[in-house]
Amino acid sequence: MKTTDFSSSSSSDRRIGALLRHLTAGSDSDHLSSVYASPTSGVTGGSVFAHLVQAPEDPILGVTVAYNKDPSPVKLNLGVGAYRTEEGKPLVLNVVRKAEQQLINDRTRIKEYLPIVGLVEFNKLSAKLILGADSPAIRENRITTVECLSGTGSLRVGGEFLAKHYHQKTIYITQPTWGNHPKIFTLAGLTVKTYRYYDPATRGLNFQGLLEDLGAAPAGSIVLLHACAHNPTGVDPTIQQWEQIRQLMRSKGLMPFFDSAYQGFASGSLDTDAKPIRMFVADGGECLVAQSYAKNMGLYGERVGALSIVCKSADVAGRVESQLKLVIRPMYSSPPIHGASIVAVILRDKNLFNEWTLELKAMADRIISMRKQLFEALRTRGTPGDWSHIIKQIGMFTFTGLNPAQVSFMTKEYHIYMTSDGRISMAGLSSKTVPHLADAIHAVVTKAV
Amino acid sequence: MNSILSSVLPAPKDPVLSVIFACRDDPSPVKLNLSAGTYRTEEGKPLVLDVVRRAEQQLANDLSRDKEYLPLNGLPEFNKLSTKLILGDDSPAVKENRVVTIQCLSGTGSLRVGAEFLATHNKERVIFVPDPTWGNHPRIFALAGLSVEYFRYYDPKSRGLDFKGMLEDLGAAPPGAIVVLQACGHNPTGVDPTFEQWEQIRRLVRSKCLLPFFDSAYQGFASGSLDSDAQAVRMFVADGGECLIAQSYAKNMGLYGERIGALTIVCTSEDVAKKVEDQVLLVVRPMYLTPPIHGASIVATILKNSDMYNDWTIELKGMADRIISMRQQLYEAIQARGTPGDWSHIIKHIGMFTFTGLSEEQVHLIAKEYHIYMTYDGRISMASLSSKTVPQLADAIHAVVTRIA
Repeated sequence: MKTTDFSSSSSSDRRIGALLRHLTAGSDSDHLSSVYASPTSGVTGGSVFAHLVQAPEDPILGVTVAYNKDPSPVKLNLGVGAYRTEEGKPLVLNVVRKAEQQLINDRTRIKEYLPIVGLVEFNKLSAKLILGADSPAIRENRITTVECLSGTGSLRVGGEFLAKHYHQKTIYITQPTWGNHPKIFTLAGLTVKTYRYYDPATRGLNFQGLLEDLGAAPAGSIVLLHACAHNPTGVDPTIQQWEQIRQLMRSKGLMPFFDSAYQGFASGSLDTDAKPIRMFVADGGECLVAQSYAKNMGLYGERVGALSIVCKSADVAGRVESQLKLVIRPMYSSPPIHGASIVAVILRDKNLFNEWTLELKAMADRIISMRKQLFEALRTRGTPGDWSHIIKQIGMFTFTGLNPAQVSFMTKEYHIYMTSDGRISMAGLSSKTVPHLADAIHAVVTKAV
Repeated sequence: MNSILSSVLPAPKDPVLSVIFACRDDPSPVKLNLSAGTYRTEEGKPLVLDVVRRAEQQLANDLSRDKEYLPLNGLPEFNKLSTKLILGDDSPAVKENRVVTIQCLSGTGSLRVGAEFLATHNKERVIFVPDPTWGNHPRIFALAGLSVEYFRYYDPKSRGLDFKGMLEDLGAAPPGAIVVLQACGHNPTGVDPTFEQWEQIRRLVRSKCLLPFFDSAYQGFASGSLDSDAQAVRMFVADGGECLIAQSYAKNMGLYGERIGALTIVCTSEDVAKKVEDQVLLVVRPMYLTPPIHGASIVATILKNSDMYNDWTIELKGMADRIISMRQQLYEAIQARGTPGDWSHIIKHIGMFTFTGLSEEQVHLIAKEYHIYMTYDGRISMASLSSKTVPQLADAIHAVVTRIA
């Protein structure tokens, strides 16, 4: 009997060890020996999975589950980060519908496997979008871009690549960060540590703490940076602060891994929202970038994104790409064709691209308008406290500053749903519902819950 | 600033892709690529099924559709329909609510998610795969955290199943070990167990408490009948035991690039099934959060509409029949040329692929002199042949077999 060991032992073992720690541990695994099939019946008396414990409920999805169960006519879901119109409806961009019609009507299109790296045209256009058309890194061919499954897939593939090939297996993530970040990197085989980021006292950036923690990180460590519109806090560094972060990281040889989920969606400008990334790339150094089209093109369910790795030379980029393929192929062979095709159609056509930027700016503007309206509404009610963070923060989310008890109260009494950390999705608000939210916040703050 | 990534080594060349690239770079006007596993028409073109185009049109015209995230486990309708497709309408396991089905990225994604789940929760972390098997299998399972071992499967002498070796090796496997069983249309050999052999395999697997993990990539595509090609899977499920199934719609619906498939886990009770599902989703969320909407929507549209479903079965049988016809034509062409040796395996094998039995030396010679490309193990994709190209292949086989013993 032939045995071949294909395991890259350290990263697989690390991943399994991490998975075992991160999942609630099962018990009674010895019990299994008594539940095996009787040889004659062929029927398994028990289950090899009988020892499984109930998995914990996902905190973010749990909010929507609870919301759906609520019969109240005034209920408001500010939990999940998907854009809603003024009428509270999901939005499919006009330009996306146009692109899809174009694809459907093209009878020469086929459904063959994409290359492992995905739709090549999509990859090139995505690199241009995030780095700028004039990026020297693109001109010098020292970037590899691979189509992945939205932001999550890009982070996971990048993380697995680093766990296998990079000499430092620790990644630093912000405190707090998107709930899925730690699990993605842990399962990829990295060790996750945090660096200070949010200051609850100011409801802004703890810049001092951030510099101290990154300064203390071992040389070469990977650092996850939210390119713009930090999730969950909405707090972004200023350009001057980004410059300091860049200098510190380069001096310590820290590897930047950007999560860019909101390009264009935060400020309304694609270039503005890409500035921090371009700043890093401009200094000639290396970095990873995970791009998502979920929010800025409203392609949530299509799972379209890209992982770009900016290297020092074309030769390194070529080798890196070959290794990325070895991560992707045993995960899902090659990425899906549809979402990438929609993005490519839009990005390559000048008119469609322009139309997209208008629809994108409209979404960003509506969110900014909701921030202003909420701030005004609280001011009008004379709600105690400083609520200016609502208009200072940027992107889809606001950290209200409410504590879990207050959040619970808002849900119970006002049927307003948000994650227990007090994060609300501004995209879930409308002019009609802002007053309801303002009333609820006012009530919970003055009640001293 | 130094390159931190400069120490990254180039990856070894992928054997299948190397063949494809060699063919691509060959300037010969008569070159023939028999290496890749996608269906081609008689004209040598890729095929998008008519029923798929209709389904897509229907979806695009429905302006009430949105692009919100699917649930973690995928499109619910797609999941239900996929379970029914593989297990049958009347499966007691389904009626007893002890089946979990989640949408995954085609066959590969289903195998990977299932394997990562097993690596965490199954008592045994060893998985047995047939020798030989699809090239990606060992890598998928290794990266999932399982250790890969082989059981004898292909007998080069008979160009058929080494049944005795298979039973011996599975019989020696530790209890609780996972066993990958290709449901039909074995890749790369084309050799499937008979119904009676499947029954013996089932009894052995159950008596040894091995956990079956079916790879079902060709349902309907192998024999032309969805039910026949699901028989092995249904046999196992009918005995009440547990198993995992990776389903792919890449070939049988021609949805290759849409990456659409499903992982099904058949459990012994509804209670266990619920816990299993939640734990499997803990594997999915940090991998890609939720699966893509488009391919699943196409499949659901077709499976739920009885006219479209019927149209699909006809187009599917059309593809399977063409492949079977290619087998017949190739066999007869070789017979007509009086090529030495027994070539009946070509018509005994089933599915997209056949192990020709050609040696690596003969394979290289065929590529060099006849511009016909196949993988070095002698595997050819019957789906890439046509009535026009069968003679060319038969000539080439005849030539290398008579030149090299």
